[in-house]
Amino acid sequence: MSNTTITPQSAPNRRNTELMMLGFAVLVPVLAYANVGLAGDGRLPAGLVSYGLGLGFMAGIAHLVVRKFTPYADPLLLPLATFLNGMGLVLIYRLDLDLTRKAAPTQLMYTAMGVALFVGVVVFLRDHRLLQRYTYIAMLVALVLLVSPIPFPGDTYGAKIWIRLGPFSIQPGEFTKIVLTVFFAGYLMVKRDALALASRKVMGLYLPRGRDIFPIVVVWLLSLMILVFERDLGTSLLFFGMFVVMLYIATERVSWLIFGLVMAIGGAALVGSVEPHVKGRVDAWLDPMAIYGTNPPRGGSEQLAQALMGYGDGGLLGKGLNQGFPNEIGFAARSDFILTTVGEELGLAGMMAIFMVYALLIERGLRTALAARDPFGKLLAAGLSVVMALQVFVVAGGVTGLIPLTGMTMPFLAQGGSSVITNWILVAILIVVSHTARRPAPPAVAGEVSATQNSRGGRRARRTGFEDQALDAADADELAEPTPVQGSPLGDLSGGHVPDRPRVDADAATEFTPIASAGTPAEPSSPPDALTVPGGVPGVPPRPGTPPGPAGPPPGGGAGGASGPGGPAGPRGHSQ
Amino acid sequence: MSELTLTVMRLGFLAVLWLFVIVAVQVIRSDLFGTRVTQRPMRRRSAPAAAAAPAAAVPPPVAQQAPPPQARGPRRASAPRSAPSKLVITGGSLTGTTMNLTDQQITIGRAHDSTIVLDDDYASSRHARIYPAPDGSWIVEDLGSTNGTYLDRTRLTGPTPVPLGAPIRIGKTVIELRR
Repeated sequence: MSNTTITPQSAPNRRNTELMMLGFAVLVPVLAYANVGLAGDGRLPAGLVSYGLGLGFMAGIAHLVVRKFTPYADPLLLPLATFLNGMGLVLIYRLDLDLTRKAAPTQLMYTAMGVALFVGVVVFLRDHRLLQRYTYIAMLVALVLLVSPIPFPGDTYGAKIWIRLGPFSIQPGEFTKIVLTVFFAGYLMVKRDALALASRKVMGLYLPRGRDIFPIVVVWLLSLMILVFERDLGTSLLFFGMFVVMLYIATERVSWLIFGLVMAIGGAALVGSVEPHVKGRVDAWLDPMAIYGTNPPRGGSEQLAQALMGYGDGGLLGKGLNQGFPNEIGFAARSDFILTTVGEELGLAGMMAIFMVYALLIERGLRTALAARDPFGKLLAAGLSVVMALQVFVVAGGVTGLIPLTGMTMPFLAQGGSSVITNWILVAILIVVSHTARRPAPPAVAGEVSATQNSRGGRRARRTGFEDQALDAADADELAEPTPVQGSPLGDLSGGHVPDRPRVDADAATEFTPIASAGTPAEPSSPPDALTVPGGVPGVPPRPGTPPGPAGPPPGGGAGGASGPGGPAGPRGHSQ
Repeated sequence: MSELTLTVMRLGFLAVLWLFVIVAVQVIRSDLFGTRVTQRPMRRRSAPAAAAAPAAAVPPPVAQQAPPPQARGPRRASAPRSAPSKLVITGGSLTGTTMNLTDQQITIGRAHDSTIVLDDDYASSRHARIYPAPDGSWIVEDLGSTNGTYLDRTRLTGPTPVPLGAPIRIGKTVIELRR
């Protein structure tokens, strides 16, 4: 008898919190906008009211749609995205003041499109598991999207990542992020047991069988080759990182991370020394100020040097909005280098605040992955969050001189239509997953077959359950693991192997096992945990470290009903 | 614009920016500080439970005065005192897991959306469910599993009330309801 009750601090539906945060998230950029105008010519900018109302209107529509269709969604995802997008618009407007080509109106239009697509996804994607059906179509779409810029002329700065359609230019690589995550999540969900279990140990690393890993490696290598060919190295780094992290999440094998890090460093060193375009970037990273020297590198860019001077000028508290000189960076100030404006005009304090908002957004995504009850949702939410985290890292690291610069957009903040639209879709998918994850189970009605069983989702889950079972059986054969013989063990047990006592506790469990895994008592007799995301599933504590075997009873078993290893929790144990 | 106004505006904006971050963190407070743990007045029945108690008695004494959480729905407010309040897994790979019983049913099986996801070779995807009856007792029902659900030693053929402490066996997993 445990003498404590653990109550999750739960308020399942937090739409009012979201509305409050959303109001705040609109207010801050409006204040920034006013600040830009006042610091510039001493007057409030003319478009202040319309900007505030426009941003508020878009946020309000998104909120109402979330309230109607995904009432249990995470309360922070939408406000944080709105905040970043609003700040991005203000920063682009502020840079427009110093540059001839205006970008803010276009960006506002793309934001509206992004919010419209957000609404579309929330309304029409009733269940994220629908995406699971399109696993292989997603793979195909991802490859087509990646190849599509090849017939179009590349831009003058080396990268060939655009499709130009009249006045519009689309960056398909951005959309590929989501599509490829869907493919990886769908594929790894089906194959993760095979990947994690049927592996050989080579030099302390677990290497899975070729036929399990082959398709995914092919897709991944193809995408990397296409991207290297198009000289879009930032995105290739992004996909590589996403691939490694998702494999790690799916299989719980740390060897993937080691493997990935070694390969990433090796690959980067190789590409950096061979490809001239990248070599220039690496040189600029090693010595950003060389461009001002007596012997400036050929084709070098002073962007990074300007950015670093901007940070130095900004210092701890910044120069104040519209009082720095971020336009010194030139055309990239609004896209890749938008963080430089933050660093110069809001200082380290402002930069850290922006990073905190990104961190919170990513944390909410990973939290959603933890709370999700289906493995596909877990992998999808984790994959999407990791994509965003890696992108923030690669861009922020690049413009602050931590790693060599690779051209990518800061999610939501930087100028770029495809990027804003993609990130709104990404947040929408996270919202749908979090709604499914946090939704309370339907109340039970005694004597009636449960509602979840008859629902579409339930049926699908049951089907995937069968797939897993079949997979387990197939792999169990090859691993010489005991294959369950239908019907026998419990017959044996009731035949008198278990002492007849009213309460069965851990002792009994140890007696069960040798019977069940007949012949091979030393083998772990159970397949991997049904849910293998690290950290376990809220609601059901993770399996104890040692499989129950004859060696000894699992910890905590039967000792007066002490709490489980992961902490007891109700059917809806996850917090909030 | 005087220099002073600009400075105030600059610092004020930074303050607002951080206020936003702090408010956002407040919203997800429970993620950072965990769940609330309340001590429940209880009668200890056996020595092992008493030994386990100090380890679990983390919450401050203030929590002692807290009323016991109303986990049960109003429907079962008149439940007899012997009604079970939690489910304990005493055998199988999930041994040691406890779960508070609410007025919602508990599904058991290998399916990923079950309340208790079993990691058991002999369990079916949707193996069994345990649900409350209107009179406060709990009923176990086999959902057409391959290997069957056993209450004590008998294989279930239909919905059966679960007495306190009676072992429900599903494959290698043993589940009990306790007070």
